[in-house]
Amino acid sequence: MNIFVLMKRTFDTEEKISIANGKINEEGAEFIINPYDEYAIEEAIQVRDQHGGEVTVVTVGNEEAEKELRTALAMGCDKAVLINIDDDVEEQDQHTVAKVLAEYLKDKNPDLILAGNVAIDGGSGQVGPRVAELLGIPYVTTITKLEIADGGKVTVVRDVEGDEEIIETSLPLLVTAQQGLNEPRYPSLPGIMKAKKKPLDELELDDLDLDEDDVEAKTKTIEVFLPPKREAGKILQGELADQVKELVHLLRSEAKVV
Amino acid sequence: MDFSLTKEQQMIKEMVRDFAEKEIAPYAAKWDEEAHFPLHVFRKMGELGLLGLPFPEEYGGAGGDTISYAIAVEEIGRACGGTGLSYAAAVSLGASPIYYFGTEEQKQTWLVPMAKGETLGAFGLTEPNAGSDAGGTRTTAVLDGDEYVINGEKCWITNAQYARQVIVTAVTGKDARGKNIITALIVPTDSLGFTIRSNYDKMGVRASNTCELVFENVRVPKENVLGDPQKGFNQFLYTLDGGRISIAALAVGIAQAAFEKALQYAKERIQFGQPISKFQAIQFKLADMAMEIELARNMVYKAAWLKDQGKSFTKEASFAKLFASEMGFRVCNQAIQIHGGYGYMKEYGVERHLRDIKLMEIGEGTSEIQRLVIARQLGC
Repeated sequence: MNIFVLMKRTFDTEEKISIANGKINEEGAEFIINPYDEYAIEEAIQVRDQHGGEVTVVTVGNEEAEKELRTALAMGCDKAVLINIDDDVEEQDQHTVAKVLAEYLKDKNPDLILAGNVAIDGGSGQVGPRVAELLGIPYVTTITKLEIADGGKVTVVRDVEGDEEIIETSLPLLVTAQQGLNEPRYPSLPGIMKAKKKPLDELELDDLDLDEDDVEAKTKTIEVFLPPKREAGKILQGELADQVKELVHLLRSEAKVV
Repeated sequence: MDFSLTKEQQMIKEMVRDFAEKEIAPYAAKWDEEAHFPLHVFRKMGELGLLGLPFPEEYGGAGGDTISYAIAVEEIGRACGGTGLSYAAAVSLGASPIYYFGTEEQKQTWLVPMAKGETLGAFGLTEPNAGSDAGGTRTTAVLDGDEYVINGEKCWITNAQYARQVIVTAVTGKDARGKNIITALIVPTDSLGFTIRSNYDKMGVRASNTCELVFENVRVPKENVLGDPQKGFNQFLYTLDGGRISIAALAVGIAQAAFEKALQYAKERIQFGQPISKFQAIQFKLADMAMEIELARNMVYKAAWLKDQGKSFTKEASFAKLFASEMGFRVCNQAIQIHGGYGYMKEYGVERHLRDIKLMEIGEGTSEIQRLVIARQLGC
């Protein structure tokens, strides 16, 4: 089975976000594999171990992402591909990344593509579905279980706001992983040592027959700002009826939510 | 000169930290309280290849360097000093001597299962009357036909209760100058007459297993001699040089944990209307702690690097061990001071670090012995 994982390098979940010059400050921050992508990697390895084949982990990013790709290789992926478009494309968005990935994947005959349900930084959850659309293959998002029968029939359990939806579909297929799909393994030490010998290809926009215009961002960032600082709460006092009046007044005039 | 870690070293650091934060740190207080040796964690560490980290692949190891090993010890020690000590002892004392001095057959028989994490090993040097004066060993091994017969006692031996074999030092004769000839022997723990007891009630590193060994006419085949039968003394000196790097790394890990707790607490604790981290009295403590930890870590990396380069590292390993253990004591002590009365309570988890770190100034050569080693290296 020809399996691909779409991986993103993101801020560590424990990192404190700060803004400098209208952009999120990356100076000194720790980076990790997007946690939802870790589920995708683990699932890909398990599917390969059960059905045979090969797992290729792909990312769109800069050379810093090599460490996260090597970590995926250390966990057990077979090959890694780094598509570095930083020099070619200044403004990137979900459209850019999806277009680049789809262009890369279109002649690879993937049987199964796995991605995270969302990235914990941007949190759009768009790249996976967009890639499937561009490739013209079915996709199922936020999956918590994946079963592939020998005939190619696929049964997927999908998390829908706490409920479960069971979907039957077929390969080729793209799925996005939700928490609960599996328990990602730690990369073992022999795995880490072997990872440096596994193939890691670097591609640029030119290698994909794409122009800057094809992948130019379709969205524009107007402003980047931090959520307002949380202020101390207010405890209303007095008669209940007065408290209600005061509350409605505050919601209208101060919080401006009603 | 390049101070940055390699990609592999970074990945190992992240993996071990991740593992230690999830599988060790949440239970460290409980293991300390109950003096519980977490055998299942050693099984998991074995599966991840941590117990074979610095040994070549041909012996079941991961082929990592000494810097990576020091990083792993620091990260495990940051989660639990006792687990860190048992990990360091398993690799540096249990397995390394067989890798350094063993025959091919001994390596296959004893080292490979340890490197794969299937078994643990221990190293029995210290005796009730031979601590810093290891030359004063009284345990004897007498050749009787094809077997050595061992009699004597060892104390404070890490991991022995869970070990498949212990490397034991014993007196096998006198040299021309009348000095004891010390030989190292590999003794299976299921040998007849070999008693292992663990009834110490320790101040710290309580998750680590510590044992008393008694040998009553224990017989091992003479093939179990490790390395040169005349040079057991020099062999364990070399072994301890390597072990010192890991104890230094462990001290850095424990100090790091205490420092992180103190820094967080200082930012949250409000007195006189502001966080105590805004007061210079506390800031100066935290600045000193951060500085000393980083200096110690650099010395650990340098000693490890020298060992990896095949250069002499005796003096630097002692520098690292001496400085890291003494700075670690200062840091853990100040971490409690910053916490004030809360720090004295077990609930806040900083007093454990002080109890754990004290052993670093004693085990694998006291601070006094480190100064002697350094002075000798200086030609005194």
